[in-house]
Amino acid sequence: MLPSLDELKSSLEQLLPGVSMAVEGGSLVVPPKDVTAVCRCLKDTDRFRLDYVANLTAVDYPPERIEVVYHLCSMAHKHGPVTLRVKLDRLNPVVDSVTPIWRAAEFQEREVYDLFGVRFAGHPDLRRILMWEGFEGHPMRKDYVPEDQNVL
Amino acid sequence: MTTTSAAETQTLEVNLGPQHPSTHGVFRMIATLDGETILKLKPVMGYLHRNHEQIGERATYIASFPFTDRLDYFNAMSNNFGLAIAIEKLGGVAASERGEYLRVIMAELTRLLNHAAVTGFLINDMGTFGTPLLYAFREREKILDLFEAASGSRMMCNYVRPGGVREDVPEGWLQQARELVSNFPRFIDEFERLLTDNEILQQRAKHVGVLPKELAINAGITGPMLRASGVNYDVRKVDGYSIYPRFQFKVPLGTVGDVYDRFYVRILEMRESVKILQQALKEVPGGPAISPKGLALVKAPRTFRPAKGEAYGRVEAPKGELGFYLVSDGSPQPYRYHIRAPSFVNLTVLEDMCLGHKVADVIIILGSVDIVLGEVDR
Repeated sequence: MLPSLDELKSSLEQLLPGVSMAVEGGSLVVPPKDVTAVCRCLKDTDRFRLDYVANLTAVDYPPERIEVVYHLCSMAHKHGPVTLRVKLDRLNPVVDSVTPIWRAAEFQEREVYDLFGVRFAGHPDLRRILMWEGFEGHPMRKDYVPEDQNVL
Repeated sequence: MTTTSAAETQTLEVNLGPQHPSTHGVFRMIATLDGETILKLKPVMGYLHRNHEQIGERATYIASFPFTDRLDYFNAMSNNFGLAIAIEKLGGVAASERGEYLRVIMAELTRLLNHAAVTGFLINDMGTFGTPLLYAFREREKILDLFEAASGSRMMCNYVRPGGVREDVPEGWLQQARELVSNFPRFIDEFERLLTDNEILQQRAKHVGVLPKELAINAGITGPMLRASGVNYDVRKVDGYSIYPRFQFKVPLGTVGDVYDRFYVRILEMRESVKILQQALKEVPGGPAISPKGLALVKAPRTFRPAKGEAYGRVEAPKGELGFYLVSDGSPQPYRYHIRAPSFVNLTVLEDMCLGHKVADVIIILGSVDIVLGEVDR
């Protein structure tokens, strides 16, 4: 059984000195610089063994922030999902890629990059995936204005 | 080893698709070849991108249902089911008993038709033009007739709702479904007699496109593809959503994780679905097909304003884990509406499975992944 979020937070902070997190509405808020460390710990610690990124996406909160949301599950222990949340500066959203930890993030991070403009440092192949090369803008941002407003 | 090099050869870059019958839609693979051998393979997608997520953020929760039909357009019912589960989680809507049964029946019928069709397509990709595919489509058509009787449409069913289903099934429908289900094993037997032990199929599919267990887990593969690699993970068992814990069924697993295992796991899953259907059709209770809260939500979608918060609802769709992530800001539209599409994520390992194989193998490896571009591109 997976511990509650508060227990998870305190045991993670114990395992990773110097990392401080917060629990917010059913999810664990991780500082952007600690994403790799926290994810590695969640994957490699036997108790958690969150070996599967079920879902990775972003939510845009203009004007100041974009949140990247991770839903992590365990195929070994069959528990989850645990929701992680990383708050980024909307003007310059950069976060470490988790693709080196979980291949499952590869296409999903590309999608977030494509539609939200979040850059994932260390991603092996960060290109647009759904929109075409040379497309400008990020269509899932709340302030995106479509080229032709009359087209549905 | 000799020091003289073989004849000078060049590598060749070839586009497979986007307009090609073997890509099951508008999907492109850029393959780098040395002779017939794959050195590199990059999938290119997005030709069918409609930004469904943005459209969903401009519509009420209920208004997205018809659009979910068009994600994985083979399996409208399970797509509806996924969104309904997510909305129920978000808004605390409970489903009526009969509604739950009808949804599970629909979802399992969908699994039958998807697996029948995809194994048919896979055999088609191997070069058996027509016969097995049409056998599969004959069965699929019978299920689609049932869907049409219940929802008014063969494929774009738009039938499942939070709290149950949109409309009760017509009189006599359950009896027809029972007959179909009792006849279905005969089709699987026939299909297996024709194919499972077929030497050509085994030659083509065994040890082709092997996906090791560790990679499958790490790459977030779900559905029959994951289970063919021997990982026991089925959202129906793990989450036990809806009323699945009430039914007895097994989760078939493969051992090698090659194309043949993926083919065979789907056959076995059809047999398990038949078991679930037999149990569900025996027990289905009377009463309303949708709970009062669900009905209110369907009748007046703009009055449904879930409290601020978020929900991630997931179901075991025929292709894998289908997840809907909803964020509410208290308005009638979702603030964020995201779909975790199984075939999109399952494509992550396409290159790994194809490396070192021949071009003809790529076609069947892609066929065994079971993609639908409406869902990949969204």
